[in-house]
Amino acid sequence: MRQPLDWQIATVKSIKPETEKIKTFTLTLPNWTRPRAGQHYDVRLSAEDGYVAQRSYSIASPPEQAGEVALTIERIEDGEVSTYMHDVLIPGDRIELRGPIGGYFVWEAGLLPEPLVLIAGGSGVVPLMSMIRHRAAAGSMVPTRLLYSSRNREDVIYYDELQSLRGDGLEIFHTLTRSQPAGWTGYARRIDDTMVKEVIAPFGKTMQVFICGPTLMVESTAESLLKLGVAPAQIRTERFGASGTAKGG
Amino acid sequence: MTEPFVSREFVGKRRGGAEKASRLPPGQYLTEDFPVLSAGPTPRLDLKRWSFSIEGLVKEKVSWAWDDFLKLPAQNYTVDISCVTKWTHLDMQWRGVSVDTLLEHAELDRKAAFVTAFTHDGYTTNLPIADILNGRAFVAYQYDGSPLAPEHGGPARLVVPHLYFWKSAKWVAGLRFMEKDQRGFWESAGYHNHADPWKEERYS
Ligand SMILES: Cc1cc2nc3c(=O)[nH]c(=O)nc-3n(C[C@H](O)[C@H](O)[C@H](O)COP(=O)(O)OP(=O)(O)OC[C@H]3O[C@@H](n4cnc5c(N)ncnc54)[C@H](O)[C@@H]3O)c2cc1C
Repeated sequence: MRQPLDWQIATVKSIKPETEKIKTFTLTLPNWTRPRAGQHYDVRLSAEDGYVAQRSYSIASPPEQAGEVALTIERIEDGEVSTYMHDVLIPGDRIELRGPIGGYFVWEAGLLPEPLVLIAGGSGVVPLMSMIRHRAAAGSMVPTRLLYSSRNREDVIYYDELQSLRGDGLEIFHTLTRSQPAGWTGYARRIDDTMVKEVIAPFGKTMQVFICGPTLMVESTAESLLKLGVAPAQIRTERFGASGTAKGG
Repeated sequence: MTEPFVSREFVGKRRGGAEKASRLPPGQYLTEDFPVLSAGPTPRLDLKRWSFSIEGLVKEKVSWAWDDFLKLPAQNYTVDISCVTKWTHLDMQWRGVSVDTLLEHAELDRKAAFVTAFTHDGYTTNLPIADILNGRAFVAYQYDGSPLAPEHGGPARLVVPHLYFWKSAKWVAGLRFMEKDQRGFWESAGYHNHADPWKEERYS
């Protein structure tokens, strides 16, 4: 445990805009440790006079992506760290990180045989994406269903990649809560009991659920699952703390 | 030593001014929110079946039902809380019963050196007894003048303000006194056994 938790200086390899407010930062690490899907890194920014700010960011990349890590970060208006990442960082810049961190909100192909239910709200999809990428990289056929809530079609992160990963037991359900493009066939409302019921229907009562998103969404979705008879021990949750879409996490 | 690392062009927001900044443990930032962190779903507890117990290395186990717990002498607390996820909320207002008051009803065995706080949903967290005695911990059932909401640990949670907030077990069901230390839920999952925010004891 000790080594990965020392601070190290990573280098920004590339920056990819995902949506209007979200970018993925791929960082190369001098001292890379294989993470588990669902874990996060701590980022530390230091000013000349020694002032520092730290925040946590989930790993978006799969554990198989050796030597580097991708973080997908939403720009929070007036935020201290996310605005720096979005407005200042350029490829070649150096940034301090430590990790991987977290031992509970994790999924490893082969370790948990139960069907996988992943439920995301907004940028809460990030750690779940690491699980989905890991599942694909490891060749796992575990039946998996992702229910992913976004405001508008333009706010959906990883849309094309998710489309291409469909199949091999992976099914994806989008819901758009604010506006839907013409011809939209997915869900068009906030996650509710009926939606959760439809998504978990084929799995009966045995499954492993991971929920990540804004607090209210996590609370109400977990509540729906309990009502449907899913045992609390099968439900793992993560909230992102104070931030825009993940407000009050 | 090499030069300390400086993030290019980083200045920072430095919210809150010098007085507040001086109350901020290293690596923390100020928030006015009350963020929620828990590993699983929020349990809804029935007050009729709620209880709080003191057990383990005590002469006799004591338990309170909800109505009796509310009759114990309570105090108001204004404390700063730091969560390992990095937020710090200054001057949070709680009402609850001091662990010292609870222990007036039990006789601790001299061998008792550690305590496990256990909860109605099966979570545990461990502390040396010195961290919960002498006014350092209380069982809260009100926050900001209202009953403590379920997602924040209601009806009652342990509050140990001087340690990272995961030590403040939500939905607390009791304290078990022990001779030997036994790692709790997060402490077994890579988090620090003691969790002092001023020493940045985040991970082990
Ligand atoms: C385990 C974990 C994983 C996470 N993973 C991700 C991830 O994958 N992607 C992601 O985008 N985020 C993630 N987060 C959230 C992330 O850590 C930050 O909370 C987020 O980026 C906001 O940080 P910030 O510095 O930009 O904003 P902050 O400076 O923290 O501000 C957040 C908001 O609160 C307001 N605010 C804060 N303090 C004050 C104050 N004193 N007065 C007035 N207003 C205030 C700001 O104006 C802003 O609107 C994760 C969090 C955790 C705990």
